[in-house]
Amino acid sequence: MNLSALLTVSQTALELGLICSLTVLALFLSYSMLNVCDLSTDGCFTLGAAVGAVVAAAGHPLLSIPAAMLAGVTSGFVTAILQTKLGIESLLAGIIVNTGLYSVNMAVMAGAALVNLNKKDTVFTMVKDLLDGTPLAGQQNIVVAAVAVILTVAFLTLFLNTRLGLAIRATGNNPDMVRSSSINPVFTTIVGLCIANAFTGLSGCLMAQSQKQAEINIGTGMVTVALASLLIGATILGRGGIFTRAIGMVLGAFIFRFVYAIALRLDILPAFMLKLISAVIVALAIALPYLKQQWPTIRRRLSYKRAAVAKGGD
Amino acid sequence: MLRVDNISKTFNPGSVNEKKAIAGLSLHLAPGDFATIIGSNGAGKSTLFNAVCGDFLTDTGSVVLGGQDITFMPAFKRAKHIGRLFQDPMRGSAPGMTIEENLALAAGNGGWLSYVSQKDKKRFRDRLALLNMGLEDRMKQPVGLLSGGQRQALTLLMATMNPPKLLLLDEHTAALDPGTAEKVLQFTRDIVTEHKITTMMVTHNMQQALELGNRTLMMDSGNIVLDIQGKEREGLTVADLLEKFKAGAGKNLDNDRILLS
Repeated sequence: MNLSALLTVSQTALELGLICSLTVLALFLSYSMLNVCDLSTDGCFTLGAAVGAVVAAAGHPLLSIPAAMLAGVTSGFVTAILQTKLGIESLLAGIIVNTGLYSVNMAVMAGAALVNLNKKDTVFTMVKDLLDGTPLAGQQNIVVAAVAVILTVAFLTLFLNTRLGLAIRATGNNPDMVRSSSINPVFTTIVGLCIANAFTGLSGCLMAQSQKQAEINIGTGMVTVALASLLIGATILGRGGIFTRAIGMVLGAFIFRFVYAIALRLDILPAFMLKLISAVIVALAIALPYLKQQWPTIRRRLSYKRAAVAKGGD
Repeated sequence: MLRVDNISKTFNPGSVNEKKAIAGLSLHLAPGDFATIIGSNGAGKSTLFNAVCGDFLTDTGSVVLGGQDITFMPAFKRAKHIGRLFQDPMRGSAPGMTIEENLALAAGNGGWLSYVSQKDKKRFRDRLALLNMGLEDRMKQPVGLLSGGQRQALTLLMATMNPPKLLLLDEHTAALDPGTAEKVLQFTRDIVTEHKITTMMVTHNMQQALELGNRTLMMDSGNIVLDIQGKEREGLTVADLLEKFKAGAGKNLDNDRILLS
């Protein structure tokens, strides 16, 4: 692979990594902070893509961003109400919302499985015109995505250190303690999931507009892909303050996309392997610490058996 | 300060596991009262605390704290006025957050979007220094790194950051080593005396039950069988206490963790 090819690969990886890192940051809030694995992420990502694309196609590319985020908030609110007020297990609540969102997303796209944005104005084409003649000309995708990521990281860093942010973090850490601080964990869960899903919606919106189309399956497997990035990020920068950890999330998303893009480029893997790889990474990353903990027991059992065999017991 | 009137609670009613945990219990604590509670296993000591804290709704009766009827108030709202410590030192603080962040949540002043102010940080430092455990120099460290005793002391500090109307201590030194337990107990005494907090403390240490506070309650079968205070309590020995329990409950005090000395 020559240098220019590597450059193209890193550019794509950077763009995709940045856009997807918004979903990773959403999971950082719901999974790492609230300790809720939000399985509605796939549907919410598609919802953001659909709403964003429809609004942009109607000629309001700028409006598409708040619209997609608001759609995400609504979806997060429903998931949160199901698990806090209606006694539905959090995993199941996510699955239920995810399933329901499929129909909602189709309805948003007026019954079609695809909304085409070719020849339509998107946030990216708008910025493209702005960047003409500057050194960043032609880099509108990366610029827009980078601005979104910077704003999101800044928001999370500021927000998670406020009293409400601390309460949200404590909710995933020790709900008893939140209650004894006279804060209702139901409230913190609802706020946390609404904010997280706003970012997922934003992520989907930007993804659709950068690809110039929203497709009903655009979010499929997103939660696993994002979790893989999150776990990679947590391995690199898992300790420290919120800012450091949030940067880790973005790095994780980029590294994941970069390694994957290179594997694609070198024809090591076909494109459809993305999801299997994410699945394996997530499974391994969560299983390894557990196996490490179990290792002494396993070793002891093995050596016990070996000794028994050596003794030639009955 | 606390008026519990005729409360009862039966768990799993109508099933083979039916358990009458509290049966028509009434209790009145005057402001500044420090009552120690002793009793057999399953006497309803923790259930009484749970009822006062609102972990469940009692089947009958009412709970009034500082003149306010809190019978139907949800637990998290009552927590504003009630500080509580459990035997398990891990229950009161969030391990993944720093000491400072834990204290900030407990202090709970300012609006939702406010930050910890320099003034607060100074206040946290000063309070931590009182513990004599060197925690004031570790404010940026996660609480998960602290020992059980340190965490329990921190929890006590958090529970009394804004002096509550009522402090409930459920064997809060039982899981600590003797040295640390003594330290935490001394700190408890200091804080309660300083802020004149109305307090109830479950203990299985008979000596402690007599030495601490101004009242000793003995519980059995979901009710208070003895309430010793004033003159009657002065000069009482552990042996007297056990004798009184036998007279009140009609049986020997049966607690597998009881400490007689």
